[in-house]
Amino acid sequence: MSLNKELENVTAKLWIKNVSKSFNSAQGHVQALSDINLRVDEGEFVCLVGPSGCGKSTLLNLIAGLDRPDSGEILVDNDVVKGPGRDRMVMFQEHALFPWLNVIDNVMFGLKLKPNLNDHERREVAKFYLHLVGLDNFAKSAIHELSGGMRQRVALARSLAPNPRILLMDETFGALDALTREQLYGEIQQIWQKRKKTIVFVTHNIREAVCLGDRVILFTPHPGHIAQIFDIGLPRLRDINDPALTSYAQQITSALKHHIGEVAE
Amino acid sequence: MKKDKVLRVLFSVSVFAVLLLLWEFCVGYLGLLKHSLPAPSSVAAYLWNSTLDLTLPGAILVTMKRLIVGYFIGIFAGIPLGMFCARFNIFNDTLGVLALGLQALPSVCWVPLAIIWFGQSESAMLFVVVMGTIWSMILATIHGVKTIPPIYLRAASTMGSKGLHTWIHVILPASFPSVLSGMKQGWAFAWRSLMAAEIYVTILTGFGLGQLLHYGRELLDMNQVIGVMFTVILIGLLVDKALFSPLEARLRKKWGIEGD
Repeated sequence: MSLNKELENVTAKLWIKNVSKSFNSAQGHVQALSDINLRVDEGEFVCLVGPSGCGKSTLLNLIAGLDRPDSGEILVDNDVVKGPGRDRMVMFQEHALFPWLNVIDNVMFGLKLKPNLNDHERREVAKFYLHLVGLDNFAKSAIHELSGGMRQRVALARSLAPNPRILLMDETFGALDALTREQLYGEIQQIWQKRKKTIVFVTHNIREAVCLGDRVILFTPHPGHIAQIFDIGLPRLRDINDPALTSYAQQITSALKHHIGEVAE
Repeated sequence: MKKDKVLRVLFSVSVFAVLLLLWEFCVGYLGLLKHSLPAPSSVAAYLWNSTLDLTLPGAILVTMKRLIVGYFIGIFAGIPLGMFCARFNIFNDTLGVLALGLQALPSVCWVPLAIIWFGQSESAMLFVVVMGTIWSMILATIHGVKTIPPIYLRAASTMGSKGLHTWIHVILPASFPSVLSGMKQGWAFAWRSLMAAEIYVTILTGFGLGQLLHYGRELLDMNQVIGVMFTVILIGLLVDKALFSPLEARLRKKWGIEGD
C-alpha cells in the first residue's frame, strides 16, 4: 500500500437506529438510553451535550463498539457495528497514552496492528500526524514530560494515525485548564477541516459544544434520550469567546432547563 | 545537587571509617572483647588470603550460580503463572490461593522438605531458591495485572489490539512496576533461603558461602565468620545498587513516577 493512499482522507456516515441500552447498577435498573435515532453525515462534526447520566457517553461507547446495545443497531456507512474497529477511533477524557512507550511509539501502536504497511511507512505516517498536531520535535519524549495539552495532542495523533473514518471524543478536553482548552478548540477545528473526519464529540460544556459542532444534540436523562437538536449556523473557524456563540448557548441552556423541568413535574 | 550528593557520600563513608577505626582501636590495640570479636584488620587479612587462595571467590561463584539459576526459573515461571491467575478464575482460585499461602511460609522452611526429596544435592538448593522466588513473582504479577488502569485496555481495544497481542504489548508492560517489586522481593527471599540452606546442608558438589560460614563456626574461626558475613552483606548491597536501583530509576524516569 502506498503512503499517499494510507494518508488519504476518508470519512463515513453514521446511522443510529432505535438504540436502547440499560444497566443494572447499585441504584437498580437504569435505562441509560431509550430509542435513540440519529443520522450523522459524512464529515460532520456533532456534539452530544447533556447533564451527567443522560447517556451521551454510553452512546459513544456503543458507537465505539466497546459495549453492545440492548436493541437497535448502529451503522457505519452500511456496516453494522459489532465491536471495536479501526474505522472508529476513540479519544478519552484521560489521555490513555501508554507510559512505557515514547511519543512516536504511542502514535505507532495502532499502526503496528494495521497490515499492509511496513515499518518505514508506519514511521512516516506517525511523523505526518505528529506534524499535524505540531509535535514534530517531541517524537522521542516520554509521555510524562509533556503538558496536559500536549498529551491530548499526542492522543489525537494516535487516534488519527490508523486513519479512522469516524473520530469519537469523550469529554476529551474536560481535564485541561481553560487556556489550553481554548487553544485546542482552534486546533481540532483546523485538523477536522484538513482530515474531513466525521466527529462525534461528547461534552457537558454547552459553550464548547456550540463552538465545535455543526449540530448540537441535547440529551436529557431518566431515561437518556435526545431532547432537541440544534443547527449551529456560525462560520468556521469559531472562537470560544465569540459573542455570537452566546445566543446559541443560551438557547440550548434554556431548552435544557425546560426539558429537565418537564421530567421533574 | 551534585555537590550535595558527593558530600552525603563522603559523610557516609567517613562515619563508617571512624566506626571501623574505633573497633580496630578497641579490639586490636586495647584488647577488649578479643575472644569474641576479631579486629577489622584480621578480618581483612582473612578476606585477602582467602581471595588469594581462591576459596572465597570459588564459594561466591558456587552460591551465585545456584542463586541465579533458581531465581531466573522462579521469575520466568512466576510471571506467566501470575498472568494465568489474573486472567482465568480457575487458576486464581487454585494456584492464586496456594501462592498466597506459600508466600507466607518463610522460605527457610522449604529446606527440610528439599533434603528429604532431593537429598544433599544441587537440586535441593535449586528447589529452595525457586520456592523462595516463585510465589512472590506470582502474587506481584497478579497484583500488577489487576491494577492496570482499565482505560489502557479500552484504548488498546479500540486500536484493534486483542488476545495475545494485548497481553504482550499492553498488560505485560503496564504491570511492570509491580512485577519489578516482585522481582526485588523474590530476590531477597531467594538470597536468604539459599544462605540458610547452605548453612544447613553440606553438598559435596559445591562449597558455597553458607558452607564457608558454617565451617567458620565449626572451626571457631571468627575471622572467617565475620569475613563471610561481610561478603554476604556486600553482595546484597551490590545487587541492589547495581541491578534493582538502576532498573527502578529507569522506570521512574520513563513513567514519571514521583520519588527521590
